[in-house]
Amino acid sequence: MSSVPENAPNHCPGTQSEDAGKASACAGCPNQNICASGVPAGPDPALEIIKERLANVKHKIIILSGKGGVGKSTVTSLLGHALAKLNPDANVGILDADICGPSQPRVLGVSGEQVHNSGSGWSPVYVTDNLSLMSIGFLLASPDDAVIWRGPKKNGMIKQFLSEVDWGDLDYLLIDTPPGTSDEHLSVIQYLSAAGVSGAVVVTTPQEVALLDVRKEIQFCQKVGLPVLGVVENMSLFVCPNCQARSEIFPATTGGARALCAALGARLLGALPLDPLLARCCDSGADFVAELPHSPAVLALRAIVAGTRLRNIARPPRVFYTLPV
Amino acid sequence: MLEEVKHVILVLSGKGGVGKSTVSTQLALTLKEKGFKVGLLDIDLCGPSVPYLLNLEDQNIHQGSGHWIPVYLDKEKKLAVMSIGFLLKSRNDAVVWRGPKKTSMIKQFLEDVYWQDLDYLIIDTPPGTSDEHITVMENLRNVPQCSAIIVTTPQQVAIEDVRKEITFCRKTGIPIMGLIENMSGYECPTCSECTNIFSTGGGKSLAEISKIKFLGSIPIDPRIGALAGKGVAAVKELPDCTTSKVFNDLINHLPHTTANGS
Ligand SMILES: Nc1ncnc2c1ncn2[C@@H]1O[C@H](COP(=O)(O)OP(=O)(O)OP(=O)(O)O)[C@@H](O)[C@H]1O
Ligand SMILES: [Mg+2]
Ligand SMILES: [Zn+2]
Repeated sequence: MSSVPENAPNHCPGTQSEDAGKASACAGCPNQNICASGVPAGPDPALEIIKERLANVKHKIIILSGKGGVGKSTVTSLLGHALAKLNPDANVGILDADICGPSQPRVLGVSGEQVHNSGSGWSPVYVTDNLSLMSIGFLLASPDDAVIWRGPKKNGMIKQFLSEVDWGDLDYLLIDTPPGTSDEHLSVIQYLSAAGVSGAVVVTTPQEVALLDVRKEIQFCQKVGLPVLGVVENMSLFVCPNCQARSEIFPATTGGARALCAALGARLLGALPLDPLLARCCDSGADFVAELPHSPAVLALRAIVAGTRLRNIARPPRVFYTLPV
Repeated sequence: MLEEVKHVILVLSGKGGVGKSTVSTQLALTLKEKGFKVGLLDIDLCGPSVPYLLNLEDQNIHQGSGHWIPVYLDKEKKLAVMSIGFLLKSRNDAVVWRGPKKTSMIKQFLEDVYWQDLDYLIIDTPPGTSDEHITVMENLRNVPQCSAIIVTTPQQVAIEDVRKEITFCRKTGIPIMGLIENMSGYECPTCSECTNIFSTGGGKSLAEISKIKFLGSIPIDPRIGALAGKGVAAVKELPDCTTSKVFNDLINHLPHTTANGS
């Protein structure tokens, strides 16, 4: 593993490990004091390795939301399918950075697949010719397997995903994340600081409990200098399949994503309706964009894709530092 | 300071947005209505929703001698609440912390909050099986009366993550009291047709396969959604709705204790 220095003794736990500097193998190692202090020595060499590995990835977009279950994984997969379809010559990759609750293998219909390790790194799983995926879900023996890891181990996994997956040339790399503003998010941003990130797409639902967390997420983006490409409001309206009447299942009592965007100066990319067929497609791994091209959700998606692409080109990748450790 | 707490109930789910906080707050409010002394601890540090749900957003934590005094919902001090939300200056403030800081905050919540004597302490958790969960488990190892309620929604994407949470409970030795399915169906307000937005029956069959007690299904009910931010119990406000029935039944499944009158 790359976190083992060259001059390390046998059985070195790795500089990123919780046991760094404390394991029995560390006795006598010249790096022991640095490791034990918990302060990383100089810039992590992984940043350069990742920059090189992702040199041929044009746009790196992080999908975020403070709140759980608002549809980050759904939006990521929809964006992935839509971007790949829009331009058959473009290549799109999805990295599932949700280590404890990976959803992408199921949502993209490739659960049960295996990733292969070759000389040039891990090959992602191909969903279609130009849409590929890497997820910890591919590394688990059974769907019941729980990944009971504290932060440092999750961070190590994310570092490996970013430095060791052989994506080939990509136009877009979409990164799905777990809810919150913690290890996974900080690690993705930190490890990509040399390679550069285009920005974040923030997903929310209309009700105040969700907006509450999304405000925090946008503040997080500002704190770490990550440009917000825009906000997607998901599950906005429900259209009854029986009588076609529209209703608000999650009422926007405080003005929904629109008011939030206006207050925080973010751009609203679009609103996706709540569609039971979309939930079915996620469960079965079917490609919703291909199955129901004329549904209101796919029509709404078009505007979102257009917005994401526009902003992408307008904004040069930025570099940020000073992240909390 | 958990010596005087009779039962600890963890509300868990591998998946985000399934309704853990709604279940936690409504369970706490139901128990309060029944006359118990209840504590509610929110260990979702990056996305605390308990203060908002209970309409306590402007409250502050007071420092006692060497401990924190929780926020009380009512004058009778039947429901005590602790959340990181009470420690933030603004509701927009993001808590951008890695694992070790989250761990020490949760330890403080478990060790330094002066709960006094409680019949039940309910712990609302974030999704996943990581720092917060490992820390709580390690710190509750010596608390004998501790069990978990698992919350899921019916669709496979959620069930898949919840299976991981069940494995987590089994590996760490925490008994699972049962499983609640949330957001089972939605009744159209215009034609009353019930649509299973997130499919149906997933929770029940998961409970059967995993040999866990099934504690009931809660539909998507906008009236319950509207209780968010009010801090009132569904069982009191909407006694006849399905959700209230589920919570009334749930109380019977809890480990028994005699209501603390003092
Ligand atoms: N517009 C929609 N219409 C209907 N169902 C939807 C819609 N968006 C998402 N869903 C469903 O809602 C559930 C939650 O979505 P998803 O898993 O994408 O959320 P998430 O934000 O990734 O959750 P987590 O925080 O747990 O990672 C899924 O079952 C998904 O199929
Ligand atoms: Mg997800
Ligand atoms: Zn209808």
